[in-house]
Amino acid sequence: MQPLNRTEIAARVARDIPEGAYVNLGIGLPTKVADYLPHERDIFLQSENGLLGMGPAPAEEDVDWDLINAGKQPVTLLAGGAYFHHGDSFAMMRGGHIDICVLGAFQVSVKGDLANWHTGAPDAIPAVGGAMDLAIGAKQVFVMMDLLTKSGESKLVERCSYPLTGIGCVSRVYTDVAIFDVGPDGARVVEMVEGMTFARLQELTGVDLHAS
Amino acid sequence: MIDKIVQSMREAVSDLRDGAAIMISGFGDAGMPGELVDAVIDHGAGDLTVISNNAGAGETGIAALIKAGRVRKVICSFPRQAASHHFDARYRAGEIELELVPQGNLAARIEAAGAGLGAIYTPTGYGTLLAEGKETREINGRHYVLEYPIHADFALIKARAGDRWGNLVYRKVARNFGPIMAMAAKCTIAQVSEIVPLGDLDPETIVTPGIFVQKIVRCTVPAQAA
Repeated sequence: MQPLNRTEIAARVARDIPEGAYVNLGIGLPTKVADYLPHERDIFLQSENGLLGMGPAPAEEDVDWDLINAGKQPVTLLAGGAYFHHGDSFAMMRGGHIDICVLGAFQVSVKGDLANWHTGAPDAIPAVGGAMDLAIGAKQVFVMMDLLTKSGESKLVERCSYPLTGIGCVSRVYTDVAIFDVGPDGARVVEMVEGMTFARLQELTGVDLHAS
Repeated sequence: MIDKIVQSMREAVSDLRDGAAIMISGFGDAGMPGELVDAVIDHGAGDLTVISNNAGAGETGIAALIKAGRVRKVICSFPRQAASHHFDARYRAGEIELELVPQGNLAARIEAAGAGLGAIYTPTGYGTLLAEGKETREINGRHYVLEYPIHADFALIKARAGDRWGNLVYRKVARNFGPIMAMAAKCTIAQVSEIVPLGDLDPETIVTPGIFVQKIVRCTVPAQAA
């Protein structure tokens, strides 16, 4: 069995983003999805700090520090793009105007609860940014993550042990070995990498999975 | 004749006093009114509450204000950054209070203050640590958390251009919190790269109408950081 690496997960997520979608990509790994969106599709990338129609990183000589993304990296604006203030930006995110957001996660529950902002460690300085708004505001929330932690524990869980970002908000989870739909009816296996089996996934996650 | 233009950063912040609540625009460095924040440090006011998206990074701006020991409380969404060591140290030492607010709730509470609302019900944060102890309500089958407006005595914001009535236009994503903070403070002070004659700003494209701005000061430092 050959698990997907991170760029392959990003490419797989990108395949599921349709023409015309308004999309917010979370900071970190999800940002990579932008590199794999098919050029022939008009897809509108929104960034929480006030732009819609975000384009790729600029050439070094064109860097403008008044044009950055949520991760504070320089970006560009496509023809037809727009700027707006934070009130409007979060109205887009919270108000159900974003079709898809893609986020990283520490844990996702089979019911779609998301934990991705805080490890709960007592000495950690908490920071939340726009994670909670995105989690509950987008029409569909996709999570991309490795299925297992470095120590081999499943990040797809019956119930999150880390502090929650949102309740029942995740619709689909893209991992290195399988894709799951999650929600009120529990977790359903949508796709597996070659060589992976349902029984093995069941064993790795330890949660109650439904076959597709 | 109404002329909201003041001649120096120092004069712009001269009414500041100890214990004031100050909104500071900016998302990272974009839209951060660095020269006004420097003037606050020179002014000397302390025991401040700072409302901003971040809690400063590096050695300048909000980080410098915190380093100088002037900040009692920070209300923000994302204090932890690669170079937020001045905030981190004061926070860990228990010398600074943090109210952590999801970014959209921060924006919505600032907007609520500017719009004269008594409170808002927001779905963001429901069922999480950040809503613990807060009143909730189910409306049409969805859960909401009651959140109160965030007012401020002063808003320090950065815009690209303005006129003597205080009308403002911004530059790219440096707009971020500027327009909504301008509405939520008793006294909004805007630093601009350019002051233009009345009538030069196209009324169709003015982002912040002058009613929300009390003082405007031109920043002589080049607008764009390297």
